[in-house]
Amino acid sequence: MKRIFISFLLILIISFYQNIKAFGYSSSPEKFISEIIDEAKLILNSQDSKETKAEKLSVIAIKTVDVKGIGYYTLGKKRKEITEDEMDKYNKVFESYFLKSFTSRLTDYSDPKITVLSAEKINEKYTIVKSMLVKTDKKPEVKIDWRVYTKNPENPLIRDLIIEGLSLARTQKEEFSSILSSNNNDINALFTKLEEFIKK
Amino acid sequence: MRLKPIKTFVLTLAFSLFCSFNSFAEEKYTANECFEKLSRGTLKFNMALDNAIFKPIAKGYRALPVPIRKGSSNFVGNLRSLLTFSNNILQGDFRGATNTASRFVVNTTVGILGIFDPATKMGFEKKSREDFGQTLGVWGAETGCYFVLPILGPTTARDAVGMIGNVFVDPVYQVTHNTETDMVIGNDNLQEHNYFYYKGADAVDFRSKNIESIESLQNNSIDFYASVKSLYLQNRAQKISNAPIADKDQDDSDWEEIDNQ
Repeated sequence: MKRIFISFLLILIISFYQNIKAFGYSSSPEKFISEIIDEAKLILNSQDSKETKAEKLSVIAIKTVDVKGIGYYTLGKKRKEITEDEMDKYNKVFESYFLKSFTSRLTDYSDPKITVLSAEKINEKYTIVKSMLVKTDKKPEVKIDWRVYTKNPENPLIRDLIIEGLSLARTQKEEFSSILSSNNNDINALFTKLEEFIKK
Repeated sequence: MRLKPIKTFVLTLAFSLFCSFNSFAEEKYTANECFEKLSRGTLKFNMALDNAIFKPIAKGYRALPVPIRKGSSNFVGNLRSLLTFSNNILQGDFRGATNTASRFVVNTTVGILGIFDPATKMGFEKKSREDFGQTLGVWGAETGCYFVLPILGPTTARDAVGMIGNVFVDPVYQVTHNTETDMVIGNDNLQEHNYFYYKGADAVDFRSKNIESIESLQNNSIDFYASVKSLYLQNRAQKISNAPIADKDQDDSDWEEIDNQ
């Protein structure tokens, strides 16, 4: 009886440990990115529909990307001028927009081969993880750098993707700024554009 | 009468460029608009033209067997390296110039007119292309305002002057447009139209390598014009400083504020 109880306990402990591993990511930025890439590859290589792939990728993004931080950054100085209610609305709309944009860019790729090359700590808050999307017959190789926020070393978060030296966060910020400036700095115009994109 | 608007345009460009010459200028990722409404219209026109002509040609080119595509890409790239060489020299980058010249000599001879790329295997690394707009940037000319040219696409006052400058420092242009040389050598390959074939082939090669990325940008932008502008300016800035944006001490004041909230 004692043996059965011990075996049962062991199985429980092992399965609990494996579950923790499945949901947690490494604190080393290089390993953190490698784990995300491996997880994303499994999803992209699966037979799931595009919608299911997007849903699964969104779950990864929510856990590993600083969506709220990117949202604030993207809004620029405008975030100081809007009300709390507008800010709440912005956070919600931005998250939906970001996840749709992020997953739709990724689901265009099937069987991507990305190799993590190295990591460079640029300061206490940021580490750049360098990787390479391997070239195919149709596409050239693409350098992808991941700007990882490491202020909390136990919980790294992605803050930017730099593709061939071009920052996606910066591009998005300039898009938002352009929409605001061509609409008398009206935040509602930005909401409308984001909502149109989400519904697309 | 017809020349007046062109003359005014060129003078405005040159004036805005030389007013902004500053040897201590830091490369910027942003630029003011020259004439945004017109530029937005021109971009739409360019995209329509791309859909109707350039994209189908690029798709057709991509259907060719890989060795043919790779060979023609290498051949055009090898010719284009001559413009990079001139600009390496003008920028005072003699190490870069030595690398470019070595690659050209090896690939033109061992690599059979540049169709193959043995230079990379021999350790002469393939580096980024240089043009006269980049050279002006290295010399300290500021970006100037941003606009979109029909067919040629996004540019800035500095890069537009650079495009004109390219003509004077590109050995391929000089050889194909020098009628005296043509008459002396009597070689058809040196006739002017071959320069345009070469430029066209280079453009098709570029477009075929970017079919998906341009499509993805169109599908995922809420303001395609602003995205193109941002990517163009970032790309030029990193080419001039020869460093990726991530490696630069970029303006992170917005991130700083968020971190301190």
